[in-house]
Amino acid sequence: MGIKAEYQNIFTQVQVQGTPEWGMDDNGTMLEERVGNPWFSKLAGLFGNAQIGPIYLGWTGMVSLATGLIWFVMVGLSMLAQVGYSFPELLRQLFWLALEPPSPEYGLSIPPLNEGGWYIIASFFLLVSVMTWLLRSYLLAQQHRMGKHVFWAFASAVWLFLVLGLFRPILMGSWSEAVPYGIFPHLDWTTAFSIRYGNLYYNPFHCLSIVFLYGSVLLFCMHGATILAVTRYGGDRELEQIYDRGTATERAALFWRWTMGFNATMEGIHRWAWWFAVLTPITGGIGILLTGTVVDNWFIWAQEHNFAPMYDGAYGYEDYGSYEAFIGKEN
Amino acid sequence: MLPKWFDQWNKSNPTNIFGPAILVGAVGGALFVAILLITWGNPAQTASMQTGPAGTGMSVPEYNIARLAPDPSIEDYYTEAPYVPEGGEPLARDIYENVQVLGDLTEDNFNRVMLAMTQWVSPEQGCAYCHGDVDLEEYGADNLYTKVVSRRMIQMTQHINEEWDSHVNAVAEVGVNCYTCHRGQNVPSDIWFNVTPVNQSVEGWAAVQNRATSMSQSTSLPSSALEVYLTDYDSLVNVHDLESRVAGVPGLTEDVHTIQKTEMTYSLMNYFSNSLGVNCVFCHNSRAFYDTAQVTPQWSTAQLGRQMVIELNQEFLIPLKDTYPAERLGPIYADAPKAACRTCHKGYQRPLQGMNVTDDWPELVTTEAPVYE
Repeated sequence: MGIKAEYQNIFTQVQVQGTPEWGMDDNGTMLEERVGNPWFSKLAGLFGNAQIGPIYLGWTGMVSLATGLIWFVMVGLSMLAQVGYSFPELLRQLFWLALEPPSPEYGLSIPPLNEGGWYIIASFFLLVSVMTWLLRSYLLAQQHRMGKHVFWAFASAVWLFLVLGLFRPILMGSWSEAVPYGIFPHLDWTTAFSIRYGNLYYNPFHCLSIVFLYGSVLLFCMHGATILAVTRYGGDRELEQIYDRGTATERAALFWRWTMGFNATMEGIHRWAWWFAVLTPITGGIGILLTGTVVDNWFIWAQEHNFAPMYDGAYGYEDYGSYEAFIGKEN
Repeated sequence: MLPKWFDQWNKSNPTNIFGPAILVGAVGGALFVAILLITWGNPAQTASMQTGPAGTGMSVPEYNIARLAPDPSIEDYYTEAPYVPEGGEPLARDIYENVQVLGDLTEDNFNRVMLAMTQWVSPEQGCAYCHGDVDLEEYGADNLYTKVVSRRMIQMTQHINEEWDSHVNAVAEVGVNCYTCHRGQNVPSDIWFNVTPVNQSVEGWAAVQNRATSMSQSTSLPSSALEVYLTDYDSLVNVHDLESRVAGVPGLTEDVHTIQKTEMTYSLMNYFSNSLGVNCVFCHNSRAFYDTAQVTPQWSTAQLGRQMVIELNQEFLIPLKDTYPAERLGPIYADAPKAACRTCHKGYQRPLQGMNVTDDWPELVTTEAPVYE
């Protein structure tokens, strides 16, 4: 084998395994809340830290897991009931089945259990689960004397979740506007939602969300590549490089400045990445919230605002070729 | 876990297995794909058909390359030129008993049509499929359901050619005859029956969707789209608001449509696509599905096709329910077999790839006396 630098690998090359790290225990009672006997996984170590556990649940974690499990079981049992309690059929149709929101005629009233009532109850538990997990991300950051960046980032995703399942259905006046709990059915919902409201691609906030989504991907790729490329000069010690810029940072900065005339900084690139990721669901949520409440046909709205151009040319294949030529009957 | 000697041997013979493993995996994988491509053919081979202005992305790709070869059922098609009457010949209604729909034909032509029908519908059973295993003198009897149904089907064929010229002859003069649907089979393929509700323990929209059925084209979309949109004259497929802002609550305000109804429409449109082997942009500019200023001529043809199918189901096929024996009725609700796009189209843009099936059969294009040329 030839000489290969450590960064020329998608896996982490150095694994630290030894006595498991339990975390601080200032007053001798804190370990009580950390559950699970920590152990090491070589596989996990290839991707991140080799140590698995312990996990700190706290009351928020417990509530979140319990209510989340209730939601999961309710969805699963509903699916099972729909196939006549046949497990083989449940497995066969798993990706097709769903717990559907109430039928449209019920508006915002509570429907019978078998026509969306279970959906409302399950959704309540999912709401509690997600919100306590959000609170957990705040409390854990607080206990670690950290900034609340993870909390706010997760909150941006929760915003989109709340728009889809709570805010928008209420504004629309119908729970039937909510998203079904099912693999293919929620994709059907997505397509039908776009079609029903005249093509979501003409919704400018949907456009922004796509920009930030693809932008996040691009930034993540550029940043990851840059850091790996200067690891041999200590570039992977990003935090140290923020306040004590070394040759790794200089080279990375020069590379980008000479490539495109501008470079991010060791600190700034993380703000770019964070904002791009966070703005994806924020803008997406705004776009969803406006759909059907403020704008009912995005294509017509786009025409009114002069950004849906008309294309010159005939419609119909007869003007471009013939069916006979298509099926090879004539040349 | 592993034997000690194995672990010791490994420890004393450190070897980088990742390099060779990746190499072998990559080369082996490439070889596997290459063998698949050579033996099974290129699955990605396509042809495409432009259906709209450049810049709109309107193109119908054909992934199923077999549909670009001649439709195999064209070769099996039986046809025979008519015997042009010289005038004065006795007519079928005078020669045979109980001739209700083809009475204006001369004996030669009557027998020619009868023979062709056996070729198209019952090539194995022959005349006996409708007339029974009886003497020629008793062929006038209506003892078998097959005879009663085929009489109605002849009327339906004539009706389609006479009244739905706008659909069946929209691009070229082709018409329909028995073979368009039957293709040599007693019962045409791609007929359909009601299957909904498909889910137990639930009511409303949850009961009619989210199951892979033949009626949902194996999607999780509603399985009742054909029943809703292809048997009801008053059904409306459209779901869009025609202004950028419309007040109302979906499902509670009239003409403010729901996401659920949109899925129902989507299910029907998906059926259309599969029936013809095309995609959305064969008819629509998909950026504005509702906009009639951006549709292709095929859109109008399809609209007429839907109206035609509703009429055929209501006037001809559903009323035959009590004529059929139980084994011809639907497996769940014992409903009459019904027709839709695929019953004729069979996955092709044009049934039988646009072959004219009425040239030789003036008897089947009119409910009046046939005109021979």
